Amino acid sequence: MSLWEYANPVKFMGLSSRLIPTLSVLTVLCLVIGILWGFFGTPDDYKQGSTVKIIFLHVPSALMAINAWLMMLVASLVWLIRRHHVSALAAKAAAPIGITMTLIALGTGAIWGKPMWGTYWAWDPRLTSFMILFVFYLGYMALWSAIEDSDTAADLTSILCMIGSVFALLSRYAVNFWNQGLHQGASLSLDKEQHVDDTYFYPLILCMAGFILLFVLLVLVRTRTEIRLRRATALAARNR
Amino acid sequence: MPDLGKYADTVILAYIVSFVFLIGLTVLTWLQSRRAKRILSAEEARNGK
Repeated sequence: MSLWEYANPVKFMGLSSRLIPTLSVLTVLCLVIGILWGFFGTPDDYKQGSTVKIIFLHVPSALMAINAWLMMLVASLVWLIRRHHVSALAAKAAAPIGITMTLIALGTGAIWGKPMWGTYWAWDPRLTSFMILFVFYLGYMALWSAIEDSDTAADLTSILCMIGSVFALLSRYAVNFWNQGLHQGASLSLDKEQHVDDTYFYPLILCMAGFILLFVLLVLVRTRTEIRLRRATALAARNR
Repeated sequence: MPDLGKYADTVILAYIVSFVFLIGLTVLTWLQSRRAKRILSAEEARNGK
Protein backbone atom coordinates (compact mmCIF):
# COMPACT_ATOMS: atom_id res chain seq x y z
CA MET A 1 0.00 0.00 0.00
CA SER A 2 1.35 3.42 -0.96
CA LEU A 3 1.42 6.42 1.37
CA TRP A 4 -0.22 8.46 -1.40
CA GLU A 5 -3.43 6.46 -0.99
CA TYR A 6 -4.07 8.48 2.16
CA ALA A 7 -4.22 11.60 0.00
CA ASN A 8 -7.66 10.28 -0.89
CA PRO A 9 -10.07 12.16 1.47
CA VAL A 10 -12.18 9.03 2.13
CA LYS A 11 -9.13 6.97 3.10
CA PHE A 12 -7.77 9.87 5.17
CA MET A 13 -11.07 10.21 7.06
CA GLY A 14 -11.11 6.46 7.76
CA LEU A 15 -7.52 6.29 8.99
CA SER A 16 -7.75 9.48 11.06
CA SER A 17 -10.97 8.39 12.79
CA ARG A 18 -9.17 5.22 13.90
CA LEU A 19 -6.07 7.14 15.08
CA ILE A 20 -7.76 9.98 16.98
CA PRO A 21 -8.94 8.04 20.09
CA THR A 22 -5.51 6.48 20.71
CA LEU A 23 -3.71 9.75 19.98
CA SER A 24 -6.02 11.62 22.39
CA VAL A 25 -5.21 9.23 25.25
CA LEU A 26 -1.45 9.35 24.56
CA THR A 27 -1.49 13.15 24.30
CA VAL A 28 -3.29 13.61 27.61
CA LEU A 29 -1.01 11.08 29.34
CA CYS A 30 2.22 12.66 28.09
CA LEU A 31 1.10 16.23 28.79
CA VAL A 32 -0.37 15.57 32.24
CA ILE A 33 2.53 13.40 33.47
CA GLY A 34 5.19 15.61 31.86
CA ILE A 35 3.82 18.90 33.16
CA LEU A 36 3.03 17.59 36.65
CA TRP A 37 6.49 15.96 36.86
CA GLY A 38 8.15 19.15 35.65
CA PHE A 39 6.18 21.46 37.92
CA PHE A 40 6.07 19.41 41.12
CA GLY A 41 8.93 16.94 40.75
CA THR A 42 11.92 19.08 39.77
CA PRO A 43 14.09 21.23 42.05
CA ASP A 44 14.91 24.92 41.56
CA ASP A 45 17.91 25.69 39.38
CA TYR A 46 20.91 27.16 41.24
CA LYS A 47 20.95 30.18 38.91
CA GLN A 48 17.41 30.59 37.63
CA GLY A 49 15.51 29.50 40.73
CA SER A 50 11.97 28.24 40.14
CA THR A 51 11.71 29.98 36.75
CA VAL A 52 13.42 26.91 35.27
CA LYS A 53 9.99 25.23 35.45
CA ILE A 54 8.91 27.43 32.53
CA ILE A 55 11.18 25.29 30.33
CA PHE A 56 8.52 22.53 30.27
CA LEU A 57 6.19 24.80 28.28
CA HIS A 58 8.59 27.17 26.56
CA VAL A 59 10.86 24.64 24.84
CA PRO A 60 8.10 22.27 23.57
CA SER A 61 6.02 25.17 22.24
CA ALA A 62 9.06 26.71 20.50
CA LEU A 63 9.88 23.29 19.03
CA MET A 64 6.37 22.97 17.63
CA ALA A 65 6.22 26.59 16.41
CA ILE A 66 9.13 25.83 14.08
CA ASN A 67 8.21 22.26 13.19
CA ALA A 68 4.57 23.13 12.45
CA TRP A 69 5.85 25.47 9.75
CA LEU A 70 8.18 22.79 8.41
CA MET A 71 5.27 20.33 8.30
CA MET A 72 3.30 22.99 6.40
CA LEU A 73 6.25 23.30 4.00
CA VAL A 74 6.26 19.55 3.29
CA ALA A 75 2.47 19.53 2.83
CA SER A 76 2.69 22.60 0.58
CA LEU A 77 5.37 20.97 -1.58
CA VAL A 78 3.20 17.85 -1.89
CA TRP A 79 0.34 20.09 -3.01
CA LEU A 80 2.47 21.97 -5.55
CA ILE A 81 4.06 18.81 -6.98
CA ARG A 82 1.28 16.21 -6.75
CA ARG A 83 -1.87 18.36 -6.35
CA HIS A 84 -3.29 16.30 -3.46
CA HIS A 85 -6.02 18.39 -1.84
CA VAL A 86 -5.67 16.72 1.56
CA SER A 87 -2.07 17.94 1.81
CA ALA A 88 -3.11 21.55 1.07
CA LEU A 89 -5.89 21.29 3.66
CA ALA A 90 -3.47 19.76 6.20
CA ALA A 91 -1.12 22.72 5.73
CA LYS A 92 -4.05 25.10 6.23
CA ALA A 93 -5.14 23.13 9.32
CA ALA A 94 -1.67 23.31 10.88
CA ALA A 95 -1.33 27.12 10.71
CA PRO A 96 -3.60 28.03 13.67
CA ILE A 97 -1.79 25.43 15.79
CA GLY A 98 1.60 26.77 14.73
CA ILE A 99 0.66 30.36 15.51
CA THR A 100 -0.65 29.33 18.95
CA MET A 101 2.63 27.54 19.67
CA THR A 102 4.54 30.63 18.52
CA LEU A 103 2.46 32.83 20.85
CA ILE A 104 3.08 30.48 23.79
CA ALA A 105 6.82 30.45 23.05
CA LEU A 106 6.96 34.24 22.74
CA GLY A 107 4.71 34.76 25.81
CA THR A 108 6.49 32.34 28.14
CA GLY A 109 9.85 33.58 26.82
CA ALA A 110 8.96 37.19 27.63
CA ILE A 111 7.68 36.24 31.10
CA TRP A 112 10.85 34.20 31.73
CA GLY A 113 13.08 36.91 30.27
CA LYS A 114 11.99 39.65 32.68
CA PRO A 115 13.53 38.18 35.86
CA MET A 116 16.51 36.57 34.05
CA TRP A 117 17.49 39.24 31.53
CA GLY A 118 15.79 42.25 33.13
CA THR A 119 13.57 42.79 30.09
CA TYR A 120 10.53 41.22 28.46
CA TRP A 121 11.87 41.75 24.98
CA ALA A 122 15.16 42.32 23.18
CA TRP A 123 15.95 42.42 19.48
CA ASP A 124 17.92 39.23 19.91
CA PRO A 125 18.39 37.04 16.77
CA ARG A 126 16.22 34.19 18.04
CA LEU A 127 13.48 36.41 19.47
CA THR A 128 13.40 38.54 16.34
CA SER A 129 13.26 35.55 13.97
CA PHE A 130 10.42 34.11 16.08
CA MET A 131 8.54 37.40 15.83
CA ILE A 132 8.99 37.32 12.03
CA LEU A 133 7.77 33.70 12.02
CA PHE A 134 4.66 34.86 13.92
CA VAL A 135 4.03 37.52 11.26
CA PHE A 136 4.42 34.87 8.55
CA TYR A 137 1.82 32.69 10.29
CA LEU A 138 -0.56 35.67 10.38
CA GLY A 139 0.07 36.38 6.70
CA TYR A 140 -0.39 32.73 5.76
CA MET A 141 -3.76 32.52 7.55
CA ALA A 142 -4.88 35.88 6.16
CA LEU A 143 -4.00 34.76 2.62
CA TRP A 144 -6.08 31.57 2.97
CA SER A 145 -9.03 33.67 4.19
CA ALA A 146 -8.65 36.35 1.52
CA ILE A 147 -8.87 34.11 -1.57
CA GLU A 148 -12.17 32.51 -2.45
CA ASP A 149 -10.90 29.85 -4.87
CA SER A 150 -9.33 27.19 -2.67
CA ASP A 151 -6.87 25.91 -5.29
CA THR A 152 -5.54 29.41 -5.94
CA ALA A 153 -5.33 29.98 -2.18
CA ALA A 154 -3.42 26.72 -1.79
CA ASP A 155 -0.99 27.71 -4.57
CA LEU A 156 -0.27 31.16 -3.16
CA THR A 157 -0.03 30.06 0.47
CA SER A 158 2.36 27.27 -0.60
CA ILE A 159 4.68 29.85 -2.11
CA LEU A 160 4.40 32.02 1.01
CA CYS A 161 5.16 28.93 3.09
CA MET A 162 8.37 28.29 1.15
CA ILE A 163 9.53 31.87 1.72
CA GLY A 164 8.62 31.71 5.42
CA SER A 165 10.60 28.51 5.82
CA VAL A 166 13.77 30.58 5.74
CA PHE A 167 12.63 32.27 8.95
CA ALA A 168 11.43 29.00 10.50
CA LEU A 169 14.93 27.57 10.01
CA LEU A 170 16.49 30.85 11.10
CA SER A 171 14.45 30.66 14.34
CA ARG A 172 16.03 27.29 15.01
CA TYR A 173 19.61 28.18 14.12
CA ALA A 174 19.70 31.94 14.79
CA VAL A 175 21.73 31.51 17.98
CA ASN A 176 24.35 29.57 16.03
CA PHE A 177 24.64 32.20 13.29
CA TRP A 178 24.84 35.26 15.55
CA ASN A 179 26.39 34.81 18.91
CA GLN A 180 25.64 38.23 20.35
CA GLY A 181 22.05 37.64 21.49
CA LEU A 182 20.63 37.25 25.00
CA HIS A 183 19.06 33.89 24.23
CA GLN A 184 21.00 30.79 25.21
CA GLY A 185 21.90 28.00 22.81
CA ALA A 186 19.92 24.79 22.35
CA SER A 187 18.56 23.32 25.62
CA LEU A 188 19.01 19.80 24.31
CA SER A 189 22.45 19.12 22.92
CA LEU A 190 24.66 16.10 22.41
CA ASP A 191 27.43 18.12 24.06
CA LYS A 192 27.41 17.11 27.76
CA GLU A 193 28.67 20.57 28.78
CA GLN A 194 25.65 22.31 27.24
CA HIS A 195 23.03 19.67 27.88
CA VAL A 196 20.24 20.33 30.36
CA ASP A 197 20.58 18.24 33.55
CA ASP A 198 18.84 14.83 33.58
CA THR A 199 16.55 16.03 36.42
CA TYR A 200 14.90 18.36 33.89
CA PHE A 201 15.65 16.33 30.77
CA TYR A 202 13.22 13.44 31.32
CA PRO A 203 10.10 15.49 32.14
CA LEU A 204 11.08 17.84 29.31
CA ILE A 205 11.21 14.96 26.82
CA LEU A 206 7.77 13.86 28.02
CA CYS A 207 6.38 17.39 27.58
CA MET A 208 7.92 17.60 24.10
CA ALA A 209 6.33 14.26 23.19
CA GLY A 210 3.01 15.60 24.54
CA PHE A 211 3.24 18.75 22.42
CA ILE A 212 4.16 16.73 19.30
CA LEU A 213 1.21 14.38 19.88
CA LEU A 214 -1.11 17.33 20.54
CA PHE A 215 0.02 18.89 17.28
CA VAL A 216 -0.59 15.69 15.29
CA LEU A 217 -3.97 15.18 16.96
CA LEU A 218 -5.14 18.73 16.30
CA VAL A 219 -3.87 18.65 12.70
CA LEU A 220 -5.87 15.46 12.08
CA VAL A 221 -9.05 16.91 13.63
CA ARG A 222 -8.67 20.25 11.83
CA THR A 223 -7.91 18.57 8.49
CA ARG A 224 -11.06 16.48 8.88
CA THR A 225 -12.96 19.73 9.54
CA GLU A 226 -11.51 21.30 6.37
CA ILE A 227 -12.42 18.20 4.32
CA ARG A 228 -16.00 18.29 5.63
CA LEU A 229 -16.36 22.00 4.89
CA ARG A 230 -14.96 21.51 1.39
CA ARG A 231 -17.41 18.68 0.74
CA ALA A 232 -20.29 20.79 2.11
CA THR A 233 -19.29 23.69 -0.15
CA ALA A 234 -19.21 21.36 -3.17
CA LEU A 235 -22.69 20.01 -2.34
CA ALA A 236 -24.05 23.52 -1.81
CA ALA A 237 -22.63 24.59 -5.19
CA ARG A 238 -24.31 21.61 -6.86
CA ASN A 239 -27.67 22.72 -5.41
CA ARG A 240 -27.39 26.28 -6.72
CA MET B 1 2.18 23.21 45.67
CA PRO B 2 5.96 23.55 45.44
CA ASP B 3 7.64 26.56 47.02
CA LEU B 4 8.36 28.77 44.02
CA GLY B 5 10.05 31.47 46.11
CA LYS B 6 10.35 34.99 44.77
CA TYR B 7 9.54 33.89 41.22
CA ALA B 8 6.14 32.38 42.06
CA ASP B 9 4.20 35.05 40.13
CA THR B 10 6.42 34.64 37.07
CA VAL B 11 6.13 30.84 36.93
CA ILE B 12 2.38 30.78 37.58
CA LEU B 13 1.75 33.50 34.99
CA ALA B 14 3.71 31.50 32.36
CA TYR B 15 1.67 28.38 33.11
CA ILE B 16 -1.65 30.27 33.04
CA VAL B 17 -0.82 31.94 29.70
CA SER B 18 0.18 28.59 28.17
CA PHE B 19 -2.89 26.74 29.47
CA VAL B 20 -5.23 29.48 28.23
CA PHE B 21 -3.77 29.20 24.72
CA LEU B 22 -3.63 25.38 24.69
CA ILE B 23 -7.14 24.87 26.10
CA GLY B 24 -8.50 27.68 23.90
CA LEU B 25 -7.03 26.10 20.76
CA THR B 26 -8.35 22.64 21.69
CA VAL B 27 -11.86 23.91 22.48
CA LEU B 28 -11.94 26.01 19.29
CA THR B 29 -10.82 23.00 17.23
CA TRP B 30 -13.55 20.85 18.77
CA LEU B 31 -16.26 23.50 18.22
CA GLN B 32 -15.21 24.04 14.60
CA SER B 33 -15.25 20.28 14.04
CA ARG B 34 -18.79 20.01 15.41
CA ARG B 35 -19.92 22.94 13.28
CA ALA B 36 -18.42 21.39 10.12
CA LYS B 37 -20.16 18.06 10.86
CA ARG B 38 -23.48 19.90 11.27
CA ILE B 39 -23.06 21.87 8.03
CA LEU B 40 -22.11 18.74 6.05
CA SER B 41 -25.02 16.75 7.49
CA ALA B 42 -27.43 19.53 6.50
CA GLU B 43 -26.02 19.68 2.95
CA GLU B 44 -26.15 15.89 2.58
CA ALA B 45 -29.74 15.87 3.82
CA ARG B 46 -30.63 18.51 1.21
CA ASN B 47 -29.02 16.33 -1.43
CA GLY B 48 -30.90 13.28 -0.21
CA LYS B 49 -27.78 11.31 0.77
